[in-house]
Amino acid sequence: MGEISNIKQNINISEALMARINELISHYPEDKRKSALLPVLHEVQDAHDNWLSIELQDKVAEILHIKPVEVYEVVSFYTMFNRRPIGKYMFEFCQTSCCVTRGVENLMDYACEKLGVGIGETTADGMFEIRGVECLGACGYAPMLQLGDFYHENLSKEKFDQLVEDCKAGKITLHDK
Amino acid sequence: MGRKILLDKINIPGIKTYEVYRQNGGYASVEKALKQMTPDEVTEEVKTSGIRGRGGAGFPVGMKWSFIDKKSGNPRHLVCNADESEPGTFKDRYLMEYIPHLLIEGMITSSYALGANLSYIYIRGEYMWVYKILERAIAEAKAAGWLGKNILGSGYDLDLYVQVGGGAYICGEETALIESLEGKRGNPRIKPPFPAVKGLWQNPTVVNNVESISAVPWIVMNTGAEYAKIGIERSTGTKLISASGHIKNPGVYEIELGVSVEEFINSDEYCGGMIDDRPLKALVPGGSSVPILPAHLIYKTAAGTDRLMTYESLSDGGFATGSMLGSGGFIVYNDTTCIVRNTWNFSRFYHHESCGQCTPCREGTGWLEKILWRIENGQGREEDIELLWSIQSKIEGNTICPLGDAASWPVAAAIRHFKEEFEYHIRFPEKIKNRDHFVAEPFDKVRHLVAKQTV
Amino acid sequence: MKVTIDGQSIEVEPGTTILQAARMIGGELVPPAMCYYSKLKGSGGKCRCCLVEVSKGSDADPRPMPKLVASCVTGCMDGMEVNSKSSERVEEARKSVTEFLLINHPLDCPVCDQAGECDLQNLSFEHGKSKTRFIEEKRTFEPEDIGPYIQLHMNRCILCQRCVQVADQLTDNRVHGVMDRGDHANISTCISKAIDNEFSGNMIDVCPVGALTDKTFRFKSRVWFNKPYNAHRDCDKCCGKTTVWMFGNEIQRVTGRKDEYHEVEEFICNTCRFDKKDVNDWVIEGPRKFEKDSVINQNNYTRKIEKVVIETEEHILEGREQDRKKISMPDFPLDSNPKRV
Repeated sequence: MGEISNIKQNINISEALMARINELISHYPEDKRKSALLPVLHEVQDAHDNWLSIELQDKVAEILHIKPVEVYEVVSFYTMFNRRPIGKYMFEFCQTSCCVTRGVENLMDYACEKLGVGIGETTADGMFEIRGVECLGACGYAPMLQLGDFYHENLSKEKFDQLVEDCKAGKITLHDK
Repeated sequence: MGRKILLDKINIPGIKTYEVYRQNGGYASVEKALKQMTPDEVTEEVKTSGIRGRGGAGFPVGMKWSFIDKKSGNPRHLVCNADESEPGTFKDRYLMEYIPHLLIEGMITSSYALGANLSYIYIRGEYMWVYKILERAIAEAKAAGWLGKNILGSGYDLDLYVQVGGGAYICGEETALIESLEGKRGNPRIKPPFPAVKGLWQNPTVVNNVESISAVPWIVMNTGAEYAKIGIERSTGTKLISASGHIKNPGVYEIELGVSVEEFINSDEYCGGMIDDRPLKALVPGGSSVPILPAHLIYKTAAGTDRLMTYESLSDGGFATGSMLGSGGFIVYNDTTCIVRNTWNFSRFYHHESCGQCTPCREGTGWLEKILWRIENGQGREEDIELLWSIQSKIEGNTICPLGDAASWPVAAAIRHFKEEFEYHIRFPEKIKNRDHFVAEPFDKVRHLVAKQTV
Repeated sequence: MKVTIDGQSIEVEPGTTILQAARMIGGELVPPAMCYYSKLKGSGGKCRCCLVEVSKGSDADPRPMPKLVASCVTGCMDGMEVNSKSSERVEEARKSVTEFLLINHPLDCPVCDQAGECDLQNLSFEHGKSKTRFIEEKRTFEPEDIGPYIQLHMNRCILCQRCVQVADQLTDNRVHGVMDRGDHANISTCISKAIDNEFSGNMIDVCPVGALTDKTFRFKSRVWFNKPYNAHRDCDKCCGKTTVWMFGNEIQRVTGRKDEYHEVEEFICNTCRFDKKDVNDWVIEGPRKFEKDSVINQNNYTRKIEKVVIETEEHILEGREQDRKKISMPDFPLDSNPKRV
C-alpha cells in the first residue's frame, strides 16, 4: 500500500498556478491532457509546501480529467513527489559511487550530526530534512546535494555550514519561478 | 588540442542567450536545411556522418531516423532524451545549461528531417533549473521565428516543448520515457513495436540523446563526410566525456574519438592525472552499467595494444577483458576504493531504479544488493560469490528492457576482475568493519592474506 | 504462415503469437504463462515465464534471435523455428524466473485459499527446486482492506497486472492500480477504498496466485474437497454460465468456467459470484472436468478421503520466526499444529 499521510493540507490553486497549469496542458494535443501530469504535479507540489496529499492528488486528477488512481500510480512511481510533509529545506545528498569517491558519506554523517537527525528524518522544528538519493548527474562536482530546484556542488563541511546558515537567514530560494 | 564541435563556442561570453548565439552563427543549420535541403538530404548527411547514438547504446543515428514510419501518414515526433541519469554521466546537462540554443537548433533541424511537427525535450526532473533555462530559450527561439508556423517561409511548422520528469532513471530507456511523457509510470514497453512505428501516443517517434541532436547542426553545416573524417573506424566525430572520481580535473571534455585512455587520464588538457598521485586501481569508462576494468586492462588491451577512447577499442576483448564506451561516464578509481563497496553501491542504485514490471529485474536486483551488502558488512559466505554470479546471469538477457543487463554487468565484471577482494571481505570480516577500510590499508597490502588461505 | 515449435509444425494466421501457436499445437511444449491472459488486452510480457528460443527467425531472415523472447508477445513469422521445452537454455530460464518469483513469496500454501488451483504452485512443481538459496529477509507489505468481497494478500502477488486490466477493461471506474516501484511495487487502491463494481469479482478469477481471493469462500474449504459443477442461471448482467463449488449440498463458491490454461471462458458478474449461493439459484449441468494431473481430481467424487497432517509450514521457512510472524496472516495461529520434535 502506498505511503499516505493523514495530515490535512490546505489546498489553494491560485489563479497564477491555474494559468501555469493551463499553459502546460496546452503543450499537448487536446485529447492528451494526461501527458501534462508530471509537470503539473511539480507545479502543484511547489505551491503546496512541497508535498502532495491524497486530496491534492485528487484535485490534480480533476483538473486533468483522469481517474484519481492514475495520479496515485504516477506519484508513487517517481521519487520527486513527496507523499508526506517534508522539512522546509530538504538536503538531498547524492550517494552514488562518484560522490562516494569524493567523500559524501563522511559529509552526510557530518550533516546528520550537525542537524541532529538521521537520514530520512525531519528536524523537530520542521526546518530541515536530510535524504540520501541516487545519482543526480553531478559526478564531476562531487560531493553535492540538491536543495529545491538547485544543486549545491563541490561541497565541504564549511560550505554546508554556510548553506545551513543561509537557509536559517531566509536567503535560499527553493524554486525557480 | 582536439577539435571541438559541440563546445567550440562554449567560452564565448553570453552564449547562453539567443542574441549572442545567433551572432556567432547560431541557427544557420536551420536556414540551410529549410531553404536548401530536402528532409531526406538532411537524413543522408546524418547517415554519412556515421554518428552513433550518444546516450549509451551507440546505435547509428541516421539509421534510426531512416526507420521512422512515413507511410502510415500518422503525425511524427522527435523526442530528445535529456533524462541523463546513468551514474557517472553529466555531459548533457552541461550542454543544455551553457549552450541551450545548440540543442534547440538541433531539434529544429532534426525534426525537419523527420517531418515531425510536434517535438519534445524530456529532461529529468532533478535538472529543474535547466528545464527552466530550456523553457526560456525555446520562448526566445519562438519569438525570433525559429518555431511555430511556416518557419522562414518554408511552409514547415514545428512546435517544440520541454517536458520534465519526476525522478526515475528508467525513463532514460526510450519507451519508458515515452510512457512518462504520456503522463504514466515509467514502465518500458514490450518491443516490438518499436517507437519508430508506434511511439508517443502510438505515433511514429524517434528518440535521440541530447548530444546526438546537438551534433546535427555541425553536420548539416559542414557535411556528414567532414564529420566522418574525425575519429577512427566506426567511431566517428567527437564525444563528450564526463570525467569523475579520483582525478585532478573532473569535468566535461569533448574529445576526438581515438584519443588514448592513458592520455585522457593523465594529460593536463583532460583529467590531469590522479588526485594526490595515488595509484590507479580501476576504471568504469562508460557509465555505471559497463564492466569495470582493472588497472592492467586500462591503458592496454589484453592483446597489448593501446586502449583508445573509441567504441571498438574500449570493448576490445569483449566482457572478458574489455568494457564499453557507453554514455561516456568516465569514472576513475584509485587504490583507496573498495570494489565490493562500489559494486554494492551500483547494485543499490539499480535496485532502487528497477521499475518492477518484469520478474528477473524486480526480484533479482534486490537480491544482488542484499548479498553485496552482507559481504561488504562482514556477513558474507564463501558461496555468496558463486550465488552473485548465478543471479546476475539469470537476470541478464531475460528482462523487458536493458536495465536488467545494466544491473548484472557491474556485478559480473567486479567478480571477474576483483574476486580476491570479495574473498578478503568474506574471510576477514574484522578487517573491513570501517567503511573506509582501504584508505589506510589499500588492498594491495593485504592481498597476500587471501592468497595464503586455501579453501 | 508456418511455424515450428519443438519440431511440430502448424499453419497460423499472421498476427498469431508464438504462445498462441503453441497452445494450438498443445501438449508439453506449451510455455507456462503467469501474466498473459488471452481475454485481456495488453496483458503479457512481464512475468518472463514463457520465454522461448527462436532458432530461426523466418524463411526470409533465418538468423536466430540472440535473446530468449517472451512467446506471449512475440509474433510468428513464416518459417520461424522455436525451441520451447526442447531447449536447455529455455528450461534454465524458466527455472530462474521460478526462483525469482519464489524468493519473496511467503510460501504460505498451507493457509492459502488458492492452493490446489495456483499457477505458481504448478510452475514451482514443474520448474522449482525444493531448496532455497535466498537467506535474506523477505519483502512484506502492510495488509490493505479492499472491501467485503475480495481479499488482497499483497505478499503473494507476482505483479502480473491482470487485475488492473480487468478493472480497466471490464469496469468503468478503476480504483486500484500498481503503486510504488521496483520490488516494492504493489497492487493497491492507495486509500483502502472498497473495490465495488459489478464485474470486480473477475479479478479473483484472473489472479494466478492467492493474492486476490474470494472473501465469501475464505477458509471454508480446500479447493480439492469441493466438487465443481458447471451451472447456469438467467442473468441480466452476464452470461450466467459458471462453475459452482459444492460441499455436500452447499454451494461454497462460484467462479467463472476455466479452460485448461486456467483462463475463464467468459467473465461473470458479482451477483452470480457472491450472491447466488443457493442450489435453487442454479441449473446444475454436471461435473466440471479438470486436466488429469490437477489436484482437484484427487477428490474424484468417490474416493475415500484420508486424514492429512500438514507439517510443512515450519520446514519451508526453516523455522525463521521473523518471517513466520510477518507473512500473510498475522492472526493465523502459528502454533495450532503440534510442533515437530
